[in-house]
Amino acid sequence: MLQVVPVFFGATFLIFALVYAVPGDPIDALAGARPISPAVRAELRARYHLDDPLFVRYGKYLSGLAHGDFGQSFRGEDVATIMRRRFPVTVRLGLLAFAFEAVLGIAAGALAGLRRRSLADSAVLVSTTVVVAIPVFVLGYAAQLLLGVKLHWFPVAGQEEGLRSYLLPAMVLGSLSLCYVARLTRASLGEVMRADYIRTARAKGFSERRVVGVHALRNSLIPVVTFLGVDLGSLLAGAVITEGIFNLPGVGQAVFGAVKTQEYPVVVGIVTALVLVFIAANLAVDVLYAVLDPRIRYD
Amino acid sequence: MGRQSRSGSIAGRRLALIAALAIVGSACGGGSDKGGRAAEGAVRGGGFSLSIGEPEHLLPAATTDNNGQQVLSALFTGLVRYDPSTSEPRNAMAESMTSPDQQTWTIKIKPGWTFHNGEPVTAGSYVDAWNFAAYAPNGNGNASYFSKVEGYEDVQRSPPRAREMRGLAVVDETTFTVGLREPFSQFPLTLGFQAFYPMPKSGLADPKGFEQQPVGNGPYLMDGPWRHDEAITLKRFPAYKGLAASADAVRLRLYTNDETRLRDLQAGTLDIATSLPENELPAIKAEFGHRFVERDSSGFNYLGLPVYQPAFAKKELRQALSMAIDRPAIIKAIFNGSKQAAGSVVSPLVPGSRADACSACHFDPVKARALLAQAGGWSGPLQLWFAGGSRNDEHMEAIANQLRQNLGITDISFQTPEFAELLSSVKAHKVTGPFRLNWLMDYPSPQAYLEPLFTSGSSGNRPGYSNPRVDQLVADGNRAPSLEAGIKAYQAAEDIILDDMPVIPLWFGKTYAAHSKRVDHVVLDPLSLIRIEDVVVAG
Repeated sequence: MLQVVPVFFGATFLIFALVYAVPGDPIDALAGARPISPAVRAELRARYHLDDPLFVRYGKYLSGLAHGDFGQSFRGEDVATIMRRRFPVTVRLGLLAFAFEAVLGIAAGALAGLRRRSLADSAVLVSTTVVVAIPVFVLGYAAQLLLGVKLHWFPVAGQEEGLRSYLLPAMVLGSLSLCYVARLTRASLGEVMRADYIRTARAKGFSERRVVGVHALRNSLIPVVTFLGVDLGSLLAGAVITEGIFNLPGVGQAVFGAVKTQEYPVVVGIVTALVLVFIAANLAVDVLYAVLDPRIRYD
Repeated sequence: MGRQSRSGSIAGRRLALIAALAIVGSACGGGSDKGGRAAEGAVRGGGFSLSIGEPEHLLPAATTDNNGQQVLSALFTGLVRYDPSTSEPRNAMAESMTSPDQQTWTIKIKPGWTFHNGEPVTAGSYVDAWNFAAYAPNGNGNASYFSKVEGYEDVQRSPPRAREMRGLAVVDETTFTVGLREPFSQFPLTLGFQAFYPMPKSGLADPKGFEQQPVGNGPYLMDGPWRHDEAITLKRFPAYKGLAASADAVRLRLYTNDETRLRDLQAGTLDIATSLPENELPAIKAEFGHRFVERDSSGFNYLGLPVYQPAFAKKELRQALSMAIDRPAIIKAIFNGSKQAAGSVVSPLVPGSRADACSACHFDPVKARALLAQAGGWSGPLQLWFAGGSRNDEHMEAIANQLRQNLGITDISFQTPEFAELLSSVKAHKVTGPFRLNWLMDYPSPQAYLEPLFTSGSSGNRPGYSNPRVDQLVADGNRAPSLEAGIKAYQAAEDIILDDMPVIPLWFGKTYAAHSKRVDHVVLDPLSLIRIEDVVVAG
């Protein structure tokens, strides 16, 4: 758990320095082509500490943070409010995508792995290859046009229909990882099925269901779980494109917009929270190893 | 006047529709008609949805973006509003605006109006709102719109020397006076812009809270607080004193992505989509037919020339560059015809604009080469500057190719910083070649282009251009005895500018909307905003 501290300071400072290094006056970006009066510009620059050197700015940010103040966006909105509003959207989307890729991915992978060279195996191999080759935004727009606009199976965009609105975006978001999960499971299971202890289990006269379910699948899931753990973090961070296409107001869109307008409090706040999620996910993976493989122990 | 035929046809349809609605309205008895709307249309009830983006602010003094502008246009009624087809100002809350010398204006407002919370709209509501907007420590983006009011420099000093501009004075409940620093014939025309809306006392006391659910004096009021990144819901203000809005309720859905709005419209889950994706325009036009609405926008796209650089000091060179660019070809090939080639620096939707004022904006490679030779030719590299990552690459590439081909300038390269960085470089006079920018007017007057962009030392004058005769003619126009009388002087100033060519006019933008079969009478106004209160829900 102690690794959280250096990661937190490292991440916040790095993001801070990166946003600071972006050239140009963010107040100009805010005002667009319209001229802004010099006194108002000075007022806004002072309000958002834009004239302070990097370390002073970072110090002010940290001291605010110590008092529970995440800073303000350039529109004067509290970053804490923005995060409270946007994180649930991304978490809902991310978890749904995660469930989609984990359940379907492992199922498809197991099916293919157990029935090598069967029709099902070929179907999984071909379909995953195709999906991996398609960029997410193409997949997103195509799914939206076909399943939303033409067939009316899913809402086109927005979140007005509650969880139903999240189904299609979650499938799009999870589709790429689903392919990796399926292929990983297939390869890993294929290897495990040839292992000695599977032969032993069979020799003991266990039912095939028990051999596969308890002995083979559990062991073959270790690389898959590692991948899923890392992927949970990247699902949250990588939702920018999907959120944009389906008009879901999550953190991805917020970070994207904030980087463009150099709103460092927004960027730093959200990305730091994402880093913490990433650390937590990796921690969960470590714990899961022990559950899956009794040989792994943490003392 | 350079208005396009297309807007004429909109106006024609509008008239036919108004006639039809008037008949329907009278047939229904017109019981709910509060303000004698029969002349404009009828109150038909119903609800519809419109796509916009998340506004940056919903505070009239701070709103500089189009999305916020669209919301505020339904929540507030200013002193004047612009005729959607002619762009001319019409009194809205103003009873009269008069001045003997174009410098001291007496503004009378209509009595009996209230804000959505019941507070009466008085002369003080205007004066207080304007002082709030101009006071520098409030950090309002629209402060500079009051720069012509006497006493502006005192509230903009740091630290400020006054809290209020001495030019503003309340005479009685419905009358106030505005003293300007110098005569300004276009002043009444500027007052339709949101910076000049009145504010209720509660809003001035707590502007941050106010923004979450603004209280205005317009045809619609907020039905619940602003749901950020999702929706803003409006309902009809029953005590509205102007022409009542046609629909009962409006849902403004907030989008980040242009394609997504279109998909929602196509699926029938959205009624009006604006900001349509440019590359799909031909298909949208074909799909929506008469439900596709098109209008000139005020957007003026130009290549600014750093006239302070010796290489760009000769006007023959600047004209040569301009005449080597085949605007219609680029518009056709790259923009799908969604722009209009510029023959002036004033948008065609502005009264007093001329479609073909610029002789050096015609494509004429022979003359261009002659002019270049006259200017002593071009040697060395030419750098073109534009904001990266904003879909400018294609047409800048085309412009570069035409300059190569038609003028023989071989060494052309691009500088593509982010927009904010580009603007900072331009302002600091650090750009080394032509830079691509655009300009949106705030009110439909030639002055809204000429003074900020081309007078000496003005804030929007990016090329660093200065010509005393232009300054004088613009001042003459400002001093003219009426709105219309100023136009002659402005046109004379524009002629000189187009001959000097500190900027190469490229094209004017257009705005588009498409709508579902459920709604009709979808009109884009001169500020590229949908007239929300005029939209009629058909079924």
